[in-house]
Amino acid sequence: MNVLSDHFAEFREGFLGTVELTASSALLALVLGILIAGFRVSPVPALRAFGTAWVTLLRNTPLVLLFLAVTLGLPALGLKGWDSFWLAVLALGCYTSAFVCEAVRSGINTVPVGQAEAARSIGMTFTQTLGQIVLPQAARTAIPPIGSLMIALAKNTAIASGFNVAELAALQKQLNADEGYNIYVIFLWIALCYLIITFAISGLFRLLESRLAVTR
Amino acid sequence: MSQAPVNDGTGPAADPLVVLNKVNKHFGALHVLQDIDLSIARGEVVVVIGPSGSGKSTLCRTINRLETTDSGTITIDGRPLPQEGRELARLRADVGMVFQSFNLFAHKTVLANVTLGQTKVRKKDRATAEATARTLLDRVGVGAQADKYPAQLSGGQQQRVAIARALAMDPKVMLFDEPTSALDPEMINEVLEVMQQLARDGMTMVVVTHEMGFARSAADRVVFMADGRIVEEAVPDRFFSNPRSDRAKDFLSKILHH
Repeated sequence: MNVLSDHFAEFREGFLGTVELTASSALLALVLGILIAGFRVSPVPALRAFGTAWVTLLRNTPLVLLFLAVTLGLPALGLKGWDSFWLAVLALGCYTSAFVCEAVRSGINTVPVGQAEAARSIGMTFTQTLGQIVLPQAARTAIPPIGSLMIALAKNTAIASGFNVAELAALQKQLNADEGYNIYVIFLWIALCYLIITFAISGLFRLLESRLAVTR
Repeated sequence: MSQAPVNDGTGPAADPLVVLNKVNKHFGALHVLQDIDLSIARGEVVVVIGPSGSGKSTLCRTINRLETTDSGTITIDGRPLPQEGRELARLRADVGMVFQSFNLFAHKTVLANVTLGQTKVRKKDRATAEATARTLLDRVGVGAQADKYPAQLSGGQQQRVAIARALAMDPKVMLFDEPTSALDPEMINEVLEVMQQLARDGMTMVVVTHEMGFARSAADRVVFMADGRIVEEAVPDRFFSNPRSDRAKDFLSKILHH
């Protein structure tokens, strides 16, 4: 009668699926988000315009539509043969990157403009100024909202269950279909699995926050 | 309004290092720099004074292109200021700048502040850069603070670190944009003394300041600005004892008699 012990292998697979999906999408979102934030504050107008368009488009599109766009759109463009896992990473990563970009940009805006001026005045290039001076100081302000975004991302991965990815939410449908377990018990265990992941993320970000707080 | 500035016996610089020619700049409707001609010789100390809003800080910031100009040319050591990009970054390394609000890198130690430009811009190895940094920090009297963060230092100490950071790039000219205006009165002298020493060592300096004592004692030439124009240029003694223009007389009467 205990669904967790009866189906431990499936639970483990679903849990690891969600963890992998979250981690891969988070990595993509962070890399893209920081890059696009750099674009948005760069002195090159074309890059700024690209950054603004990226954020506007992705932040204002429902995530399910993005999933549909990559699963139906990419094959239509001739990019066939992508694994459904990586399609989900693409949708989740790009979507979250728009929010990460804005969190990073708000962090950048808290760094006094004199810091960048001082860096430029000793001959540092834009990239050096951003990487050495502005972003490390912006991180202090940007880390807490980015932590929230990563938790939202972990929960958003549930949408991938509708697109043929093996993860926790998909497990729920699969278990409901057979053997007639109590649906509330299944929900409880799955919710606990999500909690483990989101608590781990918030713990990680609290650690990062305190690390960065002391170096001033 | 458009009379030529009173130029009192200083003439064109013999060996010009920084030359501004017909420089104009607007902030919206405000014509903040109007036909600025200024030539600064190698080794010369030029002090720029004038009422607030006269454009003196803007003038200082155009010399390393932290402010862009609308027209006119600026050359440094014979080379015109390039457009934004790598070449401008290279040129800025040769022009030291000290800001009113210090602008030390808040997340780096004092030593790292003075080392960073040397390693990232001048590509010196770490050990050489740190040795140079420690020498400079000793020279400006804050050697003991090397491992602290800027926020742990007094304003006067921070500004001296900022001077060391600029000197670490081995600049051809140093720009000071009101370096003592944000300091508590008792800390002003420690910064001015470092600047005096620098002037005696032959550094080319452009100093925007309200410190008339410094202008008198350290300047080779005083440039008086008002309403975006250079109104008068003279050696300090003559400027302070016998200003020619009404604007300068008016300005001096307001600041010197109390």
